[in-house]
Amino acid sequence: MATTTLPVYTKKDFQTDQEVRWCPGCGDYAILNAVQAVFPELGIPREKFVVVSGIGCSSRFPYYMNTYGFHSIHGRAPAVATGIKIARPDLEVWVATGDGDSLAIGGNHTIHMLRRNVGIKVLMFNNKIYGLTKGQYSPTSEFGKKTKSTPYGSADKPFNPLALAIGAGTTFVARSVDVFQPHLKETLKKAAAHKGAAYIEILQNCNIFNDGAWQDVTEKDARSEHVVTLEHGKPLIFGKNRDKGIRMNGLQLEVVSLASGASEVDLLVHDEQNPNPAYAFILAQMHDTPGFPTPIGTLRAWETSQYEDVMAAQIRDVIAKRGPGDVAKLLHSGDTWQVR
Amino acid sequence: MGTLIESPVHGHKRETIDQAVIRFAGDSGDGMQITGNQFTNTVALYGNDLATFPDYPAEIRAPAGTIPGVSGFQIHFASGQVYTPGDAVDALIAMNPAALIVNLSDLKRNGILILNADSFAENDLRKAHLQSNPLEDHSLDGYRVFPVGLEKLTRAALSELGLDAKSMDRCKNFFALGMCYWLYNRSMESTFRWLDQKFQHKPLLAEANKLAMRAGYSYCEATEAFQVSYEIPPAKLAPGTYRNLSGNQALAMGFVMASQKSGLTLFLGSYPITPASDILHELSMYKNFGVLTFQAEDEIAAVTSAIGASFAGALALTTTSGPGMALKAEAMGLAVAVELPLVICDIQRGGPSTGLPTKTEQADLLQAMFGRNSESPLPVLAPATPGDCFWMAFEASRIALKYMTPVIVLSDGYLANGAEPWRIPELRDIPEIPVHFATDPETFKPYARNPDTLARPWAIPGTPDLEHRVGGIEKQDVTGNVNYEPLNHEHMVHLRAAKVEAIAQEIPDLVPAGDPDGDLLIVAWGSTYGAITGALSTARGKGARIGHVHLRYLNPLPRNLGEILGRYRKVLIPEMNLGQLAMMLRAKYLVDVQSYSKVQGRPFKQAELEAKIEEVLAER
Repeated sequence: MATTTLPVYTKKDFQTDQEVRWCPGCGDYAILNAVQAVFPELGIPREKFVVVSGIGCSSRFPYYMNTYGFHSIHGRAPAVATGIKIARPDLEVWVATGDGDSLAIGGNHTIHMLRRNVGIKVLMFNNKIYGLTKGQYSPTSEFGKKTKSTPYGSADKPFNPLALAIGAGTTFVARSVDVFQPHLKETLKKAAAHKGAAYIEILQNCNIFNDGAWQDVTEKDARSEHVVTLEHGKPLIFGKNRDKGIRMNGLQLEVVSLASGASEVDLLVHDEQNPNPAYAFILAQMHDTPGFPTPIGTLRAWETSQYEDVMAAQIRDVIAKRGPGDVAKLLHSGDTWQVR
Repeated sequence: MGTLIESPVHGHKRETIDQAVIRFAGDSGDGMQITGNQFTNTVALYGNDLATFPDYPAEIRAPAGTIPGVSGFQIHFASGQVYTPGDAVDALIAMNPAALIVNLSDLKRNGILILNADSFAENDLRKAHLQSNPLEDHSLDGYRVFPVGLEKLTRAALSELGLDAKSMDRCKNFFALGMCYWLYNRSMESTFRWLDQKFQHKPLLAEANKLAMRAGYSYCEATEAFQVSYEIPPAKLAPGTYRNLSGNQALAMGFVMASQKSGLTLFLGSYPITPASDILHELSMYKNFGVLTFQAEDEIAAVTSAIGASFAGALALTTTSGPGMALKAEAMGLAVAVELPLVICDIQRGGPSTGLPTKTEQADLLQAMFGRNSESPLPVLAPATPGDCFWMAFEASRIALKYMTPVIVLSDGYLANGAEPWRIPELRDIPEIPVHFATDPETFKPYARNPDTLARPWAIPGTPDLEHRVGGIEKQDVTGNVNYEPLNHEHMVHLRAAKVEAIAQEIPDLVPAGDPDGDLLIVAWGSTYGAITGALSTARGKGARIGHVHLRYLNPLPRNLGEILGRYRKVLIPEMNLGQLAMMLRAKYLVDVQSYSKVQGRPFKQAELEAKIEEVLAER
């Protein structure tokens, strides 16, 4: 057997000749940059990548990736991607989607793809607004948000996307931020290494319709006070002087000050492989709870069988048991009779 | 008329007749579909031509004994050709009063009526809203009525087996089946074999049903209840090997065949819906053919997963009924835009909305033709008989792959569940489906065109250096780049239409059945084929010059249809809708066709068509 060596790819190999048409200053550029930087490093032939999207600003993503790409219809990317992955488990299938595409019109496909654990990586660009339709509120917009379609404030309570994904049984759940490039790249690599479904919420700024969407998280001065970076096996510590920690008290998390009495050994030590999804769910709640930092990093990484593998195994097993299908036999199956 | 001969046994008379229509009717829980299917199988193996019509309620188990719970199965079998399940019934087996009153109007005068006498107590009559007992009130005068205590007799026959009363009562349909086997002089062997297979892990139940069936058979022989039994000699069908086949089974097999002949993996994305679910059930058993079946979370995921599988290089299929078609519409438009092969099966049922889930209709034609946003043309095919479903499944796959287009197959509930003897084709007579995946980076353009078919190339992921993007946004011809230019869009709209139109070049010319020109042309499509064929031969017998063309290709239409329309004085289009094909043909050919509608959830009867033909011919 001949061994084939993988070409050495650079970022350029994953860029297309298409003019990128996001608004200047859009967070999507940073995400594209990170993905184009990470794909060459994954050790996967370029032709094996398929990037699938729905509709929305984020969903233009495939046009800018020099891989196989499918810009489908609103909300349906997880279903299109599922078909691709079932038909061809050898392919590396990524979905680019947004908070509207993934959580409003495509909510159903999202949760079902995740619960089945199809080996697809989902990049969910969360800017808490509808950009392409010019500024209506989205399923992740804050309660009371004033937008074009909610001049008196939104009456909707928002989704917590990671809690939703965890509730759906997602085996890999992570969060990163458009402007945290090294962290984003690391998160993408971890997702790529995960075998089952991965859901990555990427906090992304829309400088036109929702500027400063994640200001708390991204602003240089405030960042360290408002973000806790999850690292497997390490205690949850944050703060400018790394003087605050998260402690588990019963089923509640609490923020404690390391400067005034609390000890590092009492802190919650992150276990992304905790088999109980309740753990990751509790972490996901921090984001919505005043006084708590937003966790970024991998909340959950748990391996279990993948949908496409189970399907393929069933076919192998049946063929092993009954032999490969014979159409002549199929046509003659059941009772037959001769007319002469 | 039949000929009477003395039976060698017991002095019964046996009459040879050329055809019979019988209907089993009972509660949904009475096993009428199984009983009917077993009778059908036996009749088929004997060599009769046949057609069946299962008619079951939308409710799984409506309250026992009530009118909404009545389930029926009709079979027409003959020594000659059979075109329909039959208009009127020669023998009705009714398991309770509700089944009796729902079905009695279809029984011929002097027809055989076998009734379960154990289910005519006051309570049973009340559930069927009957004031008096038909067994006593002379309302059944004029029929040959045979009240038989099916429960008592079955229990007596099974008394030795140690089964509880409920289990014994469940065998009563096989007692009735045994009676029918005696009445039509049929062997019980194939049903014995089926019972052994079905209950291989519950031999006691196999034994109980066999005993019940034998008891029913012996009951007829011993009691001399029936004066005569009937013999219907085998039909003279074209030589070959036959099997019994329903439309949904035929579709499933046709797609497996297309998968084998194209060398592509078959992928089915589907969401359960009556009356299409059996295709999903059937294909999910064919794992040894490598068939991938994906039961999606909804109709939209069913079709979009199939589109994804197609992009990845599979022969992709989605199956549904009318409500599902509505949900799939946007995705079908996507398939048109990205120009990927895909087959969409619509097993039509009564509508609008949920409508009549278990009843048949042909009212999705315009939805199939036009039910998508903007100019979104795609080919539409329609099988004419259950067996034709096999060929149309194969043909739809072939067209989808050759022209890189989604294709709709319009079947209906009547074809889906109806069965007929089907001559099994020789594998060598079924053509290969050539598939060419693009591999050459030097010449590859995602939207380049094959000059004959206008198809674009199919480059599947995993092919080095052919990375490209497809999507629902308008594309520039040849390059496949996103393009909003006015003239490019107009060019693409025309191109997509021309591609579908190009398929007409290989659609065989229509040849009218009956007279090639004359007084009346009947144009139709889909499951009306049998009833029209039957009516045509009767009507022509009366002297008028009548032809019939049956459209298996509805888009594009056969090239010579317009010319044929001009050869007849009148054109009649019978459809199970309010004239949808009629609207299409009027618009396209400016011909003053007459529409003949029936929207009762039931197929046309041959007699209805015969009467309509006479009426149209009589008009000046």
